[in-house]
Amino acid sequence: MDLIKLAEQGSIKEGIPEFAVGDTLKVHVKVVENKKERIQIFEGTVIKRQNGGSKENFTVRKLSSGIGVERTFPLNSPRIDKIEVIRRGKVRRAKLYYLRDKVGKATKVKEKARTQK
Amino acid sequence: MKKAIIAKKVGMTQVFDSEGEMVPVTVLEAGPCKVVQVKSLATDGYDAVQVAFAPQKESRLTKPLLGHFAKAGVEPMRKLKEFKLEGEFKPGDELTAALFEEGDRVDAHGKSKGKGFSGSVKRHNQHRGPMAHGSKFHRAPGSHGGSSDPSRVMKGKKLPGHMGSENCTVANLKVVRVDAENNMILLKGCVPGSNGSIITLTDAKKVVK
Repeated sequence: MDLIKLAEQGSIKEGIPEFAVGDTLKVHVKVVENKKERIQIFEGTVIKRQNGGSKENFTVRKLSSGIGVERTFPLNSPRIDKIEVIRRGKVRRAKLYYLRDKVGKATKVKEKARTQK
Repeated sequence: MKKAIIAKKVGMTQVFDSEGEMVPVTVLEAGPCKVVQVKSLATDGYDAVQVAFAPQKESRLTKPLLGHFAKAGVEPMRKLKEFKLEGEFKPGDELTAALFEEGDRVDAHGKSKGKGFSGSVKRHNQHRGPMAHGSKFHRAPGSHGGSSDPSRVMKGKKLPGHMGSENCTVANLKVVRVDAENNMILLKGCVPGSNGSIITLTDAKKVVK
């Protein structure tokens, strides 16, 4: 068996919701302060998802009082408590770096039309 | 030396430890190694254990080597190495990844990646000159020393030349995980050479925490 896959086995999380670039997420992050653990929520648009296996990570961008804030999380990190998908975005690129140059309403990603079942 | 093993570098990845911290690891396929010869002070002038690793086609080895393996009753292998191990060994004994435990400190010996004929900026970490604004001094080695005195280049002057592809040791690496069943060892950090190169692991000479 591929030893790299074997090594990564214990570090790959299960039950991560399916999400793609352009989606709006709520990332629940465990923060340890003074030996106490609490949950912090980071909400924003996914602008990048890269690498695979245990190395996979994604970047979430939000506007915090008018200033763009980006945070990159390892997808499989045990410090991520939960990922919630708020909204599915309709995008035509794999990396939404163009959002960095946009202000105001232009930073909004269009919502994906629901597919009929 | 208490323990040693020959391994193959498989590649690097990252895993998460119990505290949720990300750890960069090198994946090694370590062993199983077979003892081929036990050298002793009486017959060979020194004590050592000769160990073989990675099975090889018979046609790839010379007749003398095939005879050497046949004498020990070990299948022909690619790599032979000697270790001054403590303890009793006999030909045919097996060394496996189970020698090492999680948390051990090891030294990884291997051959670094070849860089070919490299300039002094890459080879000796010298600084380069300005690339623009009329500067004509870019990546050259600079002055070789004095002129009429000493009228020669001092020995050991750092100059361009062949770099890499030399024996190299990375000391004091932490063993992150051992999976003896699959002959796998994970070390924190990197080891010399490209993927697929042969690495020998020995217990760390100096343990620095």
